Amino acid sequence: MRKTLMVALAVFGQAAGTLASAKLAFAGDQLTIVSWGGALQASLRKAVFEPFTKASGIKITEGEYSGEIAKVRAMVDSKTVSWDVLDASGTTAWTMCAQGLLETIDWKKLSLDRAKFGDVGKYDCGVPVQVSAVIVAYDKDKLPNGPKSISDLFDTKKFPGKRGLSKGPVPNLEWALVADGVPINDVYKVLRTPEGVDRAFRKLDTIKKDVVWWTAGAQAPQLLADGQVLMTAAYNGRITNAVKESGKHFEIMWDAAAQGWDYWVIPKGSPRLDDAYKFLAFGGSPQPQADLTRYIPYGPSNKDALALVDPAVLADLPNTPERDAIALHADNIFYIENGDDLRQRFTSWLAK
Amino acid sequence: MAAFAYASPIEKSWYYLHWLICLAVLLFLIAPILAIIPLSVNSVSFFTYPMSGLSLRWYEEILTDRWQGALHKSLFIAVSVTLLSTALGTLAALGLSRPNFPWRKLVMSLLILPMVVPVVITAVAVYFFYADIGLLNSYTGLILAHTTLATPFVVIAVSATLVSFDYSLTRAAAGLGAPPISVFFKIMLPLILPGMVSGALFAFLASFDEVVVALFVASPEQRTLPMVMFSGIREQISPTIVAAATVLILFSISMLSTVELLRRRSQRLRGIRNT
Amino acid sequence: MATMTVQIAGSPDGMPLRIKLQQVERWRKLKAFTLVLPLLLFILVAFVLPIGRMMFNAIHDETLLTLMPQTSAALSVWDGKDLPDERVYAALAKDLKQAWAQKITGMIAKRINYELPGAGGQVTSSARKAITLSAGPYKAALIEISPLWGQRDVWSLLKRGHSAYTAYYLLRSVDYQYGPESQIVASPPESAFFRNVFLRTLGISISVTAATLLLGFPVAYLLATLPPKTSNLLMIMIVLPFWTSLLVRTTAWVVLLQDHGIVNDVLMALHVTSQPVELIFNRVGTMVAMTHIQLPFTLLPIYSVMKTIPTTHVRAARSLGAGPFYAFWKVYFPQTLPGVAAGCLLTFILCLGYYVTPELVGGATDQMVGHFVALYTNEDLNWGMASALGAILLTATLLLYYVFNKLVGVDRLKMG
Repeated sequence: MRKTLMVALAVFGQAAGTLASAKLAFAGDQLTIVSWGGALQASLRKAVFEPFTKASGIKITEGEYSGEIAKVRAMVDSKTVSWDVLDASGTTAWTMCAQGLLETIDWKKLSLDRAKFGDVGKYDCGVPVQVSAVIVAYDKDKLPNGPKSISDLFDTKKFPGKRGLSKGPVPNLEWALVADGVPINDVYKVLRTPEGVDRAFRKLDTIKKDVVWWTAGAQAPQLLADGQVLMTAAYNGRITNAVKESGKHFEIMWDAAAQGWDYWVIPKGSPRLDDAYKFLAFGGSPQPQADLTRYIPYGPSNKDALALVDPAVLADLPNTPERDAIALHADNIFYIENGDDLRQRFTSWLAK
Repeated sequence: MAAFAYASPIEKSWYYLHWLICLAVLLFLIAPILAIIPLSVNSVSFFTYPMSGLSLRWYEEILTDRWQGALHKSLFIAVSVTLLSTALGTLAALGLSRPNFPWRKLVMSLLILPMVVPVVITAVAVYFFYADIGLLNSYTGLILAHTTLATPFVVIAVSATLVSFDYSLTRAAAGLGAPPISVFFKIMLPLILPGMVSGALFAFLASFDEVVVALFVASPEQRTLPMVMFSGIREQISPTIVAAATVLILFSISMLSTVELLRRRSQRLRGIRNT
Repeated sequence: MATMTVQIAGSPDGMPLRIKLQQVERWRKLKAFTLVLPLLLFILVAFVLPIGRMMFNAIHDETLLTLMPQTSAALSVWDGKDLPDERVYAALAKDLKQAWAQKITGMIAKRINYELPGAGGQVTSSARKAITLSAGPYKAALIEISPLWGQRDVWSLLKRGHSAYTAYYLLRSVDYQYGPESQIVASPPESAFFRNVFLRTLGISISVTAATLLLGFPVAYLLATLPPKTSNLLMIMIVLPFWTSLLVRTTAWVVLLQDHGIVNDVLMALHVTSQPVELIFNRVGTMVAMTHIQLPFTLLPIYSVMKTIPTTHVRAARSLGAGPFYAFWKVYFPQTLPGVAAGCLLTFILCLGYYVTPELVGGATDQMVGHFVALYTNEDLNWGMASALGAILLTATLLLYYVFNKLVGVDRLKMG
């Protein structure tokens, strides 16, 4: 009885849904592309979305999200995919791919040279776009002698005051271990043991009452500008842009910067697959990638794009060789396997 | 109560203290709204007084696509919700107000339920349900969900105008040979119209201001004004949001005055009948 | 006797008047009901049904049954004492291989991880390695791949998964869970926080209700005793915020209360404090904003009751020699109690379900049940948990609504 009712409702729902969308759909091709909002999205708009529309005639409806897999899952499960292309970050992208929520990309259809993307191109479900880094930023005007290493983030004696952190396990657990003396290359080895996880949470306990948690990337520079925090974890691009726009003297501390690749991915069952592929091919090509760095300093994934980047901008990118050497590289396999567990544990830890 | 001439000094001071407390509470109620309105014409993007200069630039920003698009979507959704819920709610209120309506109390509590159940629960429940039947991320879904939230307002508002309705009036009209249709239009409608309109206004606001359900069931294509404001508040409070807020406040004030005028009209109408 | 009735009360068409009246009455009832029917059906389908389904989700979970069908079937005969036999392990290997091929390992791992934190990773890695196993015996091989499969608790869990119904989510909502032998045990301290959240929700709701009563009562009293002209003017100040967008008011509080916001500026200008006081993204901000939003809900019912109390009562008491406070307390105040009860109950019910305001002006430890319902739905994708928490919150709300109904009656709900 319940089943038949559901089926009947589903039929009605689909009919009503199509009816409404048919009435409201704009003429011509269009794609719904969802990214992270704020400065990143504004930059994507200028460097990628608008040139793409110009080149292809395909209109773009923009959306914003904060990396919730739930929306994608619900759309894919209910076969009502309305997001055509999604900007997914490292661990989320890998997890969604492993859960079968994304289209597997046929690189032959993209007319892109996969070799140009090196190791990050080995991801099956999308085209890598840019690399960003979660770094620690502070205001030089208020803190002339800023933090020098990630242990300073955890040192409330040397730096008494609030610090902003991203509300989630990544990269806080990793940073906690590094600050606790674990060599940066062994972080995931330690995190794979239950004792390692306990150790990370114990370290986080020491600063818990001094943390302001943020959920959207745009919040971090705002917290810093308002003086709500002494230092904060933030995406490097957001900080560089805040400096450019507001003239504040924010500084970036690159020690243990948590690098993360963003990918353009397509939710499984997107009704506008062809157009989505066109967009992925465009997004992976050198010119828009190089253009993006003019608006926000995130490193391009296509090796050909590097040659087109303005040398002045290169200094702000997170993947220069010397920054690469001290960076924290996310272990995506680790997060596919343990991400849920850590998120669960983190939620409990935070709620106490 | 007034400060009587014969009141003792303690009573008098108590009287003034009472006034003081009340003014403080009223200030607490109104201050946030008053405090932010001037900031919407601040020339710089800081929220401090005294303001350095006046400017309308933040209002200009509301005219950009991001806000305008959201406004249009919000209006489209709210108007659809208003039409649907006013129709459904008015019919139901008419039925409920008939004498001897069976299980009146139970049915009434059921119809008012969407107002009482925490919105986040409604949102999550509707989200699961829509995921099953494929209504997620559609205008239809959002409108239907908002309609459930809005109908209680219409039912309550229309019922209120029918509370002391004298059914002998309709019987008298029928007895004098009026067909049911003209009884409805000539006798019922003028009486319930103020209730219908104020119910419709409440329904409109209920949808226009709703963010929780929208966050769950809407996609970027249905990005409403409250959704834009929600992400704005969470990320960074810009004067643009304050400007938008000011526009909305003025909007509510005009709505509120309309409702008040209608209420008076309704009372007057019924007052005439009572004398 | 019957014929007599017909003779006496017979109508022209020969039908007894009593029956005819009954018919008319029934016809009227039907007509009235038909008017209500569209909305009733709409509410039932678009509101009650989804909520019922959510409640059902709290105890219904087929993940393991559908994603690991062979293991579930094989385990139905397992006695739960020692480790299962080779047959079950072979079924497990088959299920894992199939899951890996269909990319659903993640979902199985997630489900197992709920009850056995840390096991999810091992399930995924087992599935990845299980594809290399081509022939048995599987028991030793699987235990070799991951020691998880040598533990009884995972098998108890899988056996429980054979049923489509589980009490796990509801148990978990009150900080209990299943132990290794499917007995009910308290959750370990690192994951036991739900009781805390419920208590917090209760605490915040009670405090906000008390605050609104404390602030609202004097104002209601003033309004009820003032001449209509003045009271109408003051009433606007109460109703205006009431009808201002919730988000707008929240924005206003953020602007007012932030570290360099107006309140802190004033405090510092008055030299009350030299450092900005923390007023937002903590309990203070949550309480202030919630009290502001709820104040009219408490105040208005009290006010409408006070308006019906004749002023002569207090005057009579005074003339009989009662002091002003005694007269107020013994004569006036008891008569306001129905309004106080209605207002407080309404505010309390609404407070329980708060989500947006704590989200925007509260800190991590000020989040109420609503936040976790949303979190588990949207971010953690743990719909069972979201449903269970929602079901408990909803039950509490409905019980209070019932009390409210008994006490005040929905018919008397008014707006503005």
